[in-house]
Amino acid sequence: MRRAFLIAVPYLWLLALFLVPFVIVLKISLSDAAIARPPYMPQFDWAEGIWAFLRELDFENFIFLTEDDLYWKAYLSSVRIAVVSTLLTLIVGYPIAYAMGRAPEEWRPTLMMLVILPFWTSFLIRVYAWMGILSNEGVLNQFLLWTGIISAPLTILNTPTAVYIGIVYTYLPFMILPIYAALDRLDGSLIEAAEDLGCSRVQAFWLVTIPLSRPGIIAGCFLVMIPVIGEFVIPSLLGGSGTLMIGKVLWEEFFSNRDWPVASAVAVVLLLILVIPIVLFQRNQQKQAEAEQ
Amino acid sequence: MKIKTLTLTAVIALGTSAAFAEEVRVYNWSDYIDEELLKKFEEETGLTLIYDVFDSNELLETKMLAGGSGYDVVVPTGTFLQRQIQAGAFQKLDEAKLSNAGNMWEVIKERTAQYDPDNAYSINYMWGSTGLGVNVNKVKEVLGEDAPLNSMDLILKPENMEKLSQCGVHFLDAPTEIIPMALQYIGEDPDSHDKDVIAKTEPVLMAVRPHIQKFHSSEYINALANGDICVAVGWSGDVLQARDRAAEAENGVEIEYHAFKEGSLMWFDQMAIPVDAPNPEGAHKFLNFIMEGQNMAAASNYVYYANGNKAAQEFLEEGVIGDSAIYPDDATMQNLYTTTPYPAKTQRTVTRLWTKIKSGT
Repeated sequence: MRRAFLIAVPYLWLLALFLVPFVIVLKISLSDAAIARPPYMPQFDWAEGIWAFLRELDFENFIFLTEDDLYWKAYLSSVRIAVVSTLLTLIVGYPIAYAMGRAPEEWRPTLMMLVILPFWTSFLIRVYAWMGILSNEGVLNQFLLWTGIISAPLTILNTPTAVYIGIVYTYLPFMILPIYAALDRLDGSLIEAAEDLGCSRVQAFWLVTIPLSRPGIIAGCFLVMIPVIGEFVIPSLLGGSGTLMIGKVLWEEFFSNRDWPVASAVAVVLLLILVIPIVLFQRNQQKQAEAEQ
Repeated sequence: MKIKTLTLTAVIALGTSAAFAEEVRVYNWSDYIDEELLKKFEEETGLTLIYDVFDSNELLETKMLAGGSGYDVVVPTGTFLQRQIQAGAFQKLDEAKLSNAGNMWEVIKERTAQYDPDNAYSINYMWGSTGLGVNVNKVKEVLGEDAPLNSMDLILKPENMEKLSQCGVHFLDAPTEIIPMALQYIGEDPDSHDKDVIAKTEPVLMAVRPHIQKFHSSEYINALANGDICVAVGWSGDVLQARDRAAEAENGVEIEYHAFKEGSLMWFDQMAIPVDAPNPEGAHKFLNFIMEGQNMAAASNYVYYANGNKAAQEFLEEGVIGDSAIYPDDATMQNLYTTTPYPAKTQRTVTRLWTKIKSGT
């Protein structure tokens, strides 16, 4: 009884916060846009019954997505930006997590605190702050001009570079924390053993530390990559109009075209793009785990 | 300015913190009112005013169509209002509660009736045109003394734009204004809903796209005033506000507004009450307050837009009613055109074209 209850909690959570909203979005994606409030048809009507309602749904909007290359370009460009920024975040985040893991025991809570500290300020305000730092008359350019490193201000704001800076900055804690958690648990004697058996420090790092922190790396990469694919705020504030991302396209569908059905179709496809690799990965992990047993 | 507005709203919200006080929630364009009026309204009526701002019709429309926005008064532009009325987003005004209705100006009422038949759902707040904001000295420095300051040539001829890109050009992020402008430039009907005709604007806009620094509908006020940019395609009153901010700052920046000599778009911002407004009673009080000649005049004197209120005219400053950039003379008036809302399929073509133009791909 208690067990059933414990299992029910996460499933109820999933049902209420994922499946139900998803079914609603899926339903809208099968409707047609209309001048109405809310702006789509058919609306569900108890009098006419569910079958009359279901008959009016179709896949028109999904077919439409394949007809215009804008959508595929935007999906691809979002995935590319997400992959590149995940790698950048990993490159920046791993050394930080590693240093934290190797730091003396009594420092670790403080270091942990420092990583979490930026969350105390609103995300939006922090992104706005980057606008102040990166703009042509911004802090960074003024500093570089003052030191004489550059003679004319660099244009960083409204370029893809600014988007990458914003993403790496914002998502860094999500990379550091799981890697740190993995490294924190790492048994130091394993590295000593590797060194005793003739590994150099670098070899020990590659052969022992990295494989043992792999779960942390994978968790961190997922935590960064998945939200970045759908990111809207950072590209719209820091990126120029040249940065094409699916989040922005989704916004345009809702706000400029008022086409909720197509917007919902874009969202459903985005979800599939995200879910399929995760499921495949999960399968692979399970198989590996079974093989090891 | 926007920050000022927000702080003010916060102060108002805190100041009259009788939590149970009756509230009126107004959603208006940014930089579009004299904030003294908000205080005055609260003092006169004893209601708590929550005043929020936006800078795009599209954003407002989405809120209206989704429903449950929580606002009592909103201010869509005529073309958007028309479609939102069709969708059933607004409630009819109750004439009995609007004792100042007689103050409205027939000339404008006739024009707004094309969007809102019989003006049954809305009152005109302000109206204006879409044209050019120029930093006179900088533009002349770049293009020479005979720069076409009042012509679309300034911003749609690639050779001019190439030179102007050194000092910065902003365009409104409003496809429903920029595309009609480009149509007018190539001699087509600016109100065309024909996909093939609209497509003709693509090469025109693409040719100048590389020289446009940004598409944005509110940043250009400060950017012009600070001298960060030298040309903006913007709304009349906003450019004039930039002119005043520059004059106040005494930074040597001289801004002028020019309607296009080829013809400028004329638009009307209308105050309306959402069908699900939590406090329609208070909303009517707010509309009636705005329709009071002196109040409307105070708003126009502050933001440099013309209004649709006849009674307000005697209270307008000479610099407002006497300025043909705000209250156009007959000749300029003849040259202004209006547009109607796009049907859904055309809207999609327009948005797609706009995405293409903005992203350059």
